[in-house]
Amino acid sequence: MLIQLLRTQLRPYRTWLTLVVALQFLSTLAMLFLPHINAKIIDQGVARGDVGYIWSMGGVMLAVSLGQILCSVIAVWFSARTSMGFGRDVRRQVFHRVGSFSSREIAQFGAPSLITRGTNDVQQVQMLVLMGLTMLVSAPIMMAGGIIMAMREELGLSWLLAITVPALLVTVGFIISRMVPGFKVMQVRIDTVNRILREQVTGIRVVRAFVREPEEKARFAAANEDLTVVARSTGRWMGTMFPTVMLIMNVSIVGVYWFGGHRIDSGEMQIGSLTAFMSYLMQILMSVMMATFMLVQVPRAAVCAERISEVLDTDASVRPPVAPVTLEDPRGMVTFDGVGFAYPGAGDPVLTDISFTALPGQTTAFVGSTGAGKSTLVDLVPRLYDATAGAVRVDGVDVRDLDPEALWSLIGIVPQKSFLFSGTVRSNLQVGKGDATDEEMWAALRVAQGEDFVRALPEGLDAPVAQGGSNFSGGQRQRLAIARALVRKPKIVVFDDSFSALDVATDARLRRALPEVTSESTVLLVAQRVSSILDADQIVVLDDGRIVGVGTHHSLLEECPTYQEIVRSQLTEEEVA
Amino acid sequence: MSTTANKPAGQMKQTERVVMGGGPGRGGPFGGGQVGQKASDFKPSLKRLLRRMAPDRARIAGVVLLGVVSVAFSVIAPKILGHATDLIFQGLFGNRLGAEHATKEQAVEAARAAGDGTFADMLSKLDVVPGVGVDFGAVGSVLLIVLAVYVASALAGWLQGWFVTDVVQRTVSDLREEVEQKLHRLPLGYFDRQPRGELLSRVTNDIDNLSQSLQQTLAQLLTSILTVVGVLGMMFWISPLLAVISLAAVPLTMIISKQVMGRSQGLFVEQWRRTGALNAQIEETFSGHALVRVYGRLPEAEERFAEQNEALFKASFGAQFVSGLIMPLMMFVGNLNYVIVAVVGGLKVASGSMSLGDVQAFIQYSRQFTQPLTQVASMANLLQSGVASAERVFELLDAEEESEEPAATGGPGVTRGAVRFEDVAFSYDEDRPLIEDLSLDVQPGQTVAIVGPTGAGKTTLVNLILRFYELNGGRITLDGVDIAGMQRRELRDRIGMVLQDTWLFEGTIRDNIAYGRPSATEEEILEAAKATFVDRFVHSLPEGYDTVISGDGGSVSAGERQLITIARAFLSDPALLILDEATSSVDTRTELLLQHAMAALRSDRTSFVIAHRLSTIRDADLILVMEDGRIVEQGSHVHLLEADGAYAALYRSQFESAVDAA
Repeated sequence: MLIQLLRTQLRPYRTWLTLVVALQFLSTLAMLFLPHINAKIIDQGVARGDVGYIWSMGGVMLAVSLGQILCSVIAVWFSARTSMGFGRDVRRQVFHRVGSFSSREIAQFGAPSLITRGTNDVQQVQMLVLMGLTMLVSAPIMMAGGIIMAMREELGLSWLLAITVPALLVTVGFIISRMVPGFKVMQVRIDTVNRILREQVTGIRVVRAFVREPEEKARFAAANEDLTVVARSTGRWMGTMFPTVMLIMNVSIVGVYWFGGHRIDSGEMQIGSLTAFMSYLMQILMSVMMATFMLVQVPRAAVCAERISEVLDTDASVRPPVAPVTLEDPRGMVTFDGVGFAYPGAGDPVLTDISFTALPGQTTAFVGSTGAGKSTLVDLVPRLYDATAGAVRVDGVDVRDLDPEALWSLIGIVPQKSFLFSGTVRSNLQVGKGDATDEEMWAALRVAQGEDFVRALPEGLDAPVAQGGSNFSGGQRQRLAIARALVRKPKIVVFDDSFSALDVATDARLRRALPEVTSESTVLLVAQRVSSILDADQIVVLDDGRIVGVGTHHSLLEECPTYQEIVRSQLTEEEVA
Repeated sequence: MSTTANKPAGQMKQTERVVMGGGPGRGGPFGGGQVGQKASDFKPSLKRLLRRMAPDRARIAGVVLLGVVSVAFSVIAPKILGHATDLIFQGLFGNRLGAEHATKEQAVEAARAAGDGTFADMLSKLDVVPGVGVDFGAVGSVLLIVLAVYVASALAGWLQGWFVTDVVQRTVSDLREEVEQKLHRLPLGYFDRQPRGELLSRVTNDIDNLSQSLQQTLAQLLTSILTVVGVLGMMFWISPLLAVISLAAVPLTMIISKQVMGRSQGLFVEQWRRTGALNAQIEETFSGHALVRVYGRLPEAEERFAEQNEALFKASFGAQFVSGLIMPLMMFVGNLNYVIVAVVGGLKVASGSMSLGDVQAFIQYSRQFTQPLTQVASMANLLQSGVASAERVFELLDAEEESEEPAATGGPGVTRGAVRFEDVAFSYDEDRPLIEDLSLDVQPGQTVAIVGPTGAGKTTLVNLILRFYELNGGRITLDGVDIAGMQRRELRDRIGMVLQDTWLFEGTIRDNIAYGRPSATEEEILEAAKATFVDRFVHSLPEGYDTVISGDGGSVSAGERQLITIARAFLSDPALLILDEATSSVDTRTELLLQHAMAALRSDRTSFVIAHRLSTIRDADLILVMEDGRIVEQGSHVHLLEADGAYAALYRSQFESAVDAA
């Protein structure tokens, strides 16, 4: 997954990638060249007392250093550009893909998970690319180059490499193999500790009311101890890493001296090569270390890449029609014709065989217990989901044959959770209608019973709205969401349990004012309170995804046992009768 | 459990958190991979943090001592190794000269005669015996010493790492424990005032960050500083001239890192700002996905996203590029140093004023020199972020606590449940009085229904009975005893509570019910479950009472969660009961069960019910109608209807239409 994601996403950056590799190669070559020149200075300059040679070779070294930094800097420039560009591209694609999703895919992933995938996960992979381009690219070059140079410098000692490099790999690998499971356990335990703290903070009233502080303390202390134990052992392994690596390096240096000394004595080797060989050995070992550390990051990034790919590989289940039908003079009549809906893979369908017609100028209400499928039902109208059986029609045309934009322009929807966008009251109402005038906005607010509190705000329509609308009360948010739907003067209005946060008096006033703007619209109303639907022209009673009754309050009270049960649970027996 | 308040941490599933890894603490090898919040008061906070390590004084002394030993050994080793170079070098010359000259003096003479003065100078300084090759006995013993020194250094390093881990983990563990205990001593008002996400972030993210930065910096900072000092000392010992030249690299390094870091810090701030803005937009668009689509705002959202995304790209490119420069630049300084040492050292060896072994050793030192310098700089950054976190945790620890508890009074012997409010005054905020002059008399066994609009003070009233908040005036008595004089636990032991917010912890259904009374037997738990209809739905769960309730609900519906909280209160068998009736989104069947369960719970107990259901209100012995923190009416249903006041109006608006229609 990781490799595939990188391959497809990095394709546009091929030229830059090649440049980075080339530049890193040059830079590494320069790094490798320095000890070689140094060896020459010793062998041909120092050992012969040739000062001129020392100076001229010093000049060469300086030039090589300058060339090296030049290559490095340009490489960093291209690496940063490539990796950040990669991140930008992936983020854009995730955003675009999620935008095309229907509510089904959103529900399947969960909005919070999609947010993490689009932000954090991309960030992780992007950093891996950056580090890969700077470290992972240069490590093998450094290693191969180091080995070649070392062997060129002194073939007779190269067997030392054959011992030290694997020794380092094995040791570092062993320590890491000890650390990684530790880190995993640690993360789980950190989560547990944090979960308990979160529970304590959110449930502080319950903890105190039941006087369970001692138990909570004990519960936390145990979790904390568990965490500390594993953190300590992992930390100790981590602490072993550096001294161990240094020890291996240092022991190999001693080896170079001992065996190199003998070769120098027998005239097979020059003394300058000793220094050079040592430098190469160091560089090789460093590159092994770098590569190992890098590779530790890979599994984490691989998980992220997989989660990103999941999003990018998911196709939207709701797609616009190839040849959309246009409605000439839309009136907003909604017809359900044998509609069924089931989540893919789920056993029981959410909706089965739903048929009814909601007429313009009338209110059609939906009641039923939670999980009866009320919200899903109304979501089928704007194609947030597509029916899996039968058809949903608007003015007789299957919604799947309509241009989505045109369909949506007919609908005003007030969701269960009154979600506001950050911005201003004005910008939120303009979500409903982009070119709404102030008069239109005030009119919508008046009907939604929001005029008074918006007028009371010092900035009026331009009052700021924080993210999620957190600076407004639940009731105010709900009224703004209603106004947002009304301002577009929709042919079809969907209220999904939209009056729950309103107090009774406001609820009543709002329902009295509604006909002002909805007299010609089809109103679809999902409700919990029986009192909110008494005046509905048509009430559809749902139970377990099926229609068990259609009629008015009075007719249903006589004929529909489920409706009677619902009414009875909310009013007392004698009041029902 | 409500997780809406703590957006980033709370909403993420656990698997996602694992992937995300540990918060803001990871600096990464690029230095400045994070901005690091700056501590506003760095020094006092750092001191306070260090003071917390005082119990580990012995270990800390060990850490320092071992650090010194480890660094000293690793620093001294190249110098000893230099002797080996010299021995080999001399042996080499011995071999070379042996063929032509009998003694060293002859060889020097010969060189001078040949006009090679420099060579002669160098040679004269060498301890060369012509004809004698490398003395491998001497070389061997030098190398053995070096080996021993390196091993000792590694051992000291291991031990040091061990101790540091222990100290850090103990300190952090204690801090966590202390924070948790503090939570239980904070007044409830503190939790009201602090945004929940912010508080949670302090007790989780900040402590995690602190732990990581301490673990990463403490040992390394010490080692790095010691290494710089030690290496510098050795360099001066070998050659003051070369040392001074190398030292010139220090200000150069400082200037470069300061420049680069200062610049990248700004760019990183910009990057995180842009990231935050983009994340906010992503979060908003994804959360409001259905709305964005239906209202046709997707093209606009994409356009805005593209802009923000491009801005983030520019900012992060800048940040990564500039911070990525630090490594090559440092390497360049190192190389520059290397070149100078190689040339000047070569010249000095050639002139005989320095031995080749020393140059050799010096090169090794100068390589060791720049690296820790860079490390110190990035460690300092990391430490700063850690201390900033510590500061935020300390702020929590310093928050004012609940008032002291009186010694156990025993309270009233057997609780009958008579509650009196006498001229009670209370406000959350001094400037805005909420409850004033509130008096109330409730007989044992009575059911009190509290009705009124949102914000009227209904919840506050019942919170005062639990002594979640302290009164500003007046007093509340339970069976004639002032509750302010009782220990909180004495008081709360007698009270059961069911809140609208159904708080359950992650654990089995059994454990959650038993939370009401941990000493309860299995039979008692079952009995409570049966009485409150929990038993009925538990039977349909495959794992029964062992079903684990997870944070996001899962197998248990909202109504069923509420039933469990009722069972919990039932099990605790309180004399006094506080109920906040839930009305939201519970299906009709569960709703009926809930009503019955609540009724079962209320029988024979004094109960305060924040009531929404008509049946509860009508059957209550006493109805309190609250408005703006005052009780505007009290009495029975019939009585209040006759009075034709606020209650009558409320009743009519809420229920009458339904009743008429029926």
